[in-house]
Amino acid sequence: MSQNPKHVLDHFNLFREPEYVEMFENKKKNFENPHPQEKVSEIIEWTKTQEYRDLNFRREALTVNPAKACQPLGAVFAALGFEETLPFVHGSQGCVAYYRSHLSRHFKEPTSCVSSSMTEDAAVFGGLNNMIDGLANAYAMYKPKMIAVSTTCMAEVIGDDLNAFIKNAKEKGSVPEEFDVPFAHTPAFVGSHITGYDNALKGIMEHFWAGRERSANETINVVMGFDGYSVGNIRELKRIFKEMGIDAIVLSDVSDVFDTPTDGTFRMYMGGTRLSDMKKALDSKATVSLQEYNTPKSLEYAAHLGQKTLAFNYPVGVRATDRFLSELSQLTGKAVPESLKLERGRLVDAVADSTSHIHGKKFALYGDPDQMMGLSEFLMELGAEPVHVLSTNGNKDWEEKMNALFASSPFGAGCHAWPGKDLWHMRSLLFTEPVDFLIGNTYGKYLERDTGTPLIRIGFPIFDRHHHHRYPTVGYQGAMNVLVKILDKIFDEMDKNTNAVAKTDYSYDIIR
Amino acid sequence: MSSNIEEAKKIIAEVLEVYPEKTRKKREKHLGVFEDGKADCGVKSNIKTVPGVMTIRGCAYAGSKGVVWGPIKDMIHISHGPVGCGQYSWAARRNYYIGTTGVDSFGTMQFTSDFQEKDIVFGGDRKLEKIMDEIEELFPLNKGITVQSECPIGLIGDDIEAVSKKKSKEFGGKTIVPVRCEGFRGVSQSLGHHIANDTIRDWVFDKQTEKKTDGTPYDVAIIGDYNIGGDAWSSRILLEEMGLRVVAQWSGDGTIEELANTPNVKLNILHCYRSMNYISRHMEEKYGIPWVEYNFFGPSKIAESLRKIAGFFDDTIKENAEKVIAKYEALTRATIEKFRPRLEGKTVMLFVGGLRPRHVIGAYEDLGMNVIGTGYEFGHNDDYQRTTHYVKDGTIIYDDVTGYEFEKFVEALKPDLVASGIKEKYVFQKMGYPFRQMHSWDYSGPYHGYDGFAIFARDMDMAINNPVWQMAKSPF
Repeated sequence: MSQNPKHVLDHFNLFREPEYVEMFENKKKNFENPHPQEKVSEIIEWTKTQEYRDLNFRREALTVNPAKACQPLGAVFAALGFEETLPFVHGSQGCVAYYRSHLSRHFKEPTSCVSSSMTEDAAVFGGLNNMIDGLANAYAMYKPKMIAVSTTCMAEVIGDDLNAFIKNAKEKGSVPEEFDVPFAHTPAFVGSHITGYDNALKGIMEHFWAGRERSANETINVVMGFDGYSVGNIRELKRIFKEMGIDAIVLSDVSDVFDTPTDGTFRMYMGGTRLSDMKKALDSKATVSLQEYNTPKSLEYAAHLGQKTLAFNYPVGVRATDRFLSELSQLTGKAVPESLKLERGRLVDAVADSTSHIHGKKFALYGDPDQMMGLSEFLMELGAEPVHVLSTNGNKDWEEKMNALFASSPFGAGCHAWPGKDLWHMRSLLFTEPVDFLIGNTYGKYLERDTGTPLIRIGFPIFDRHHHHRYPTVGYQGAMNVLVKILDKIFDEMDKNTNAVAKTDYSYDIIR
Repeated sequence: MSSNIEEAKKIIAEVLEVYPEKTRKKREKHLGVFEDGKADCGVKSNIKTVPGVMTIRGCAYAGSKGVVWGPIKDMIHISHGPVGCGQYSWAARRNYYIGTTGVDSFGTMQFTSDFQEKDIVFGGDRKLEKIMDEIEELFPLNKGITVQSECPIGLIGDDIEAVSKKKSKEFGGKTIVPVRCEGFRGVSQSLGHHIANDTIRDWVFDKQTEKKTDGTPYDVAIIGDYNIGGDAWSSRILLEEMGLRVVAQWSGDGTIEELANTPNVKLNILHCYRSMNYISRHMEEKYGIPWVEYNFFGPSKIAESLRKIAGFFDDTIKENAEKVIAKYEALTRATIEKFRPRLEGKTVMLFVGGLRPRHVIGAYEDLGMNVIGTGYEFGHNDDYQRTTHYVKDGTIIYDDVTGYEFEKFVEALKPDLVASGIKEKYVFQKMGYPFRQMHSWDYSGPYHGYDGFAIFARDMDMAINNPVWQMAKSPF
């Protein structure tokens, strides 16, 4: 017995004690009918080979460890960014439990969202009654200013019509006639969470903008898109716009929603895009998206109403931010202020100070398509090579854009974009064409364990590190944070690889 | 005492006021106050959730893939349908296991058929066949496959049973299990447990051609322990110390071999009654194997359970049970001596799933704490009956609690600790209440067994006596 209340052993150390280790061995030997260890070792080695990679890349049907989620997650995320808005997902209830858990595990914050809890009878007769009762209950209990409806795949497969259902529910008095209930169909079997974000945002735009006369003003609408760093990034964007002297309305502002204080009060609602601002946003001169592949329909809708639109690819780094600011400047006629020029100079200064440690390092990265473009460009600015860039929810068009990006820099030579692939593909890539570092979300830790490639956590979800969502990853400041994150890992690895006493510790330098 | 009951009833009545009348009538049946001597908790359960209320419940898929089947480590569990369900449940439940992931074990991986529109329109059976071929090629050491149906499967009329049979034959009789656990079935996770149990009966037990006979008189199976944070391990060690031979773990750190061998055991010992009573009853009926419920939370219940289990065996085992209890007495005493003074008299409100809304009460009481409210996410009437043996007079009971109700009950009763899940955690912490996740052990554990109790005690102390709660109220 090793347990000791003075120094409690939990799962980290308890199961390494001899009595448990012996127990595990006996369980395996006597009851599990395991494959012989030689066989296991043989297969381990085989999965590292080019032969395995070829088979792996021949997969047509099976997906293993994808880096994407489904539409309604993005829809719920987008809806949460509006003033006192309760996301309402029409369909099976388990989905909502999953979205809430998923977002809460990343942000370490509550996620409020309701379901219409459809079951077998609704599958047969449709979910109209669930909508009627659900809206009435949610409205009575949680007193939202707006309920934003999206759908699970169940409701989509049976073909429930949200527009008709919501009208019907209003007629039945579930919510007042004038109460805002925007909606979006968000089938999980089309696209990914970024598609759902786009659909939900477009649904909200349509709800507030359709059929109204537009009288253009100088305000700029800004969309961050689905982003695990929204708290930091949206605040950073607001700051940049303020520095530029541009009036901006953030469409779906989740920055306060996912950053409420612990002070004795639970705020189900906090911050968010004011509904009155959302209404006004029709008159804005332009809508600017930080993530092109995350917002095509929303931008198209804004353009169709006469707004100018600009789309960026998660501008992190020097030139991407330069382009972002110059295009904003062109759009608004406002000059880039000294303060931002100074920040730019500080970023370039930091890059110059550290670049020799990054230069020539090879990276693999995966995540949402725009984030991959932004990070790849920044890596090349740092003299690093983004060798494998994988996006499960990236498409052909993204691949072409990535290839153009690689072609724009000598550091892009030999780099490859992988649309529609998953992390089991990435595993083969890392074994057959090893790189120095991997950038990705929490699930990348399995790749780090299997292939030994050190993981730099940038992406969504990040479940096993805390609070990084509070720091921006876009703009010059964001680039600074990303740079530091990358450097910290590089230096940690350097120390880890040089600390063998009397063997390699001559390089265990105090100054780097 | 009765004033307690009156007070609790008043709180319930006040909370119910928020609802539209139709919903109020439904919800009031799920809220009650336990009164001493009553045969149940006075609440209805296992009923459809009212739409729009922010239920904490999940779905049948969660019950099958997430709970029952998912932890079987040497099989590949396909989340069959769109990508989301498998993604959100990917490795999130901390079902620990020993194995080479991706080679001979697959627990922390997400295999999905990633349905696209064309699969919905034309059906997914051919894709499923191809997926199984690809699994066989790329993961040759897998010992079997399960098909965990997501909502669309049952709606588009796919025949996953036919595909499974065909492929099993093709793969030389490999275990391939189609599971009809579509998320819209039933009212919660619970039906998913039942469906999953039934598939083990139909596709594992009933497919066995030969009955193995190399058992011993001391063979048992641990049923309904998912090895969260290593719970089944810190339980198994006690059973082995007692001289029992644990043939199988259902299903934490479990293997298909263990499932298949269970019909040879002498006794099934059942921790999570809710999720695995079905298969236990089946084995009793078909193979004559008795089953016994046990509770390995906290020393009082552990000792009681060890004796109860030993009661099914000879004197050697009974004596061994006493030896085990004695062996751990010093640890138990030291744990209580250290933590009880820091926790004495503290109150707890629980809302969890499975067995925990009752099972953990004893562990809290061993530390001098009182559970003043409890409820089940997906319990049935038999759970609430069993709960009467645990709760005290005046305990407030809330079935399938809504976010709103839970918040209001906590505000009214002001417990020293709220113990529930990830969706609730941050709500109550914002309100300034110490909180522990009691599904995932808040990434700690194990909590089962004597080794686990020391961790449980430490964790409750660190939650309740954490300096952060003194700072929540701003001085300004």
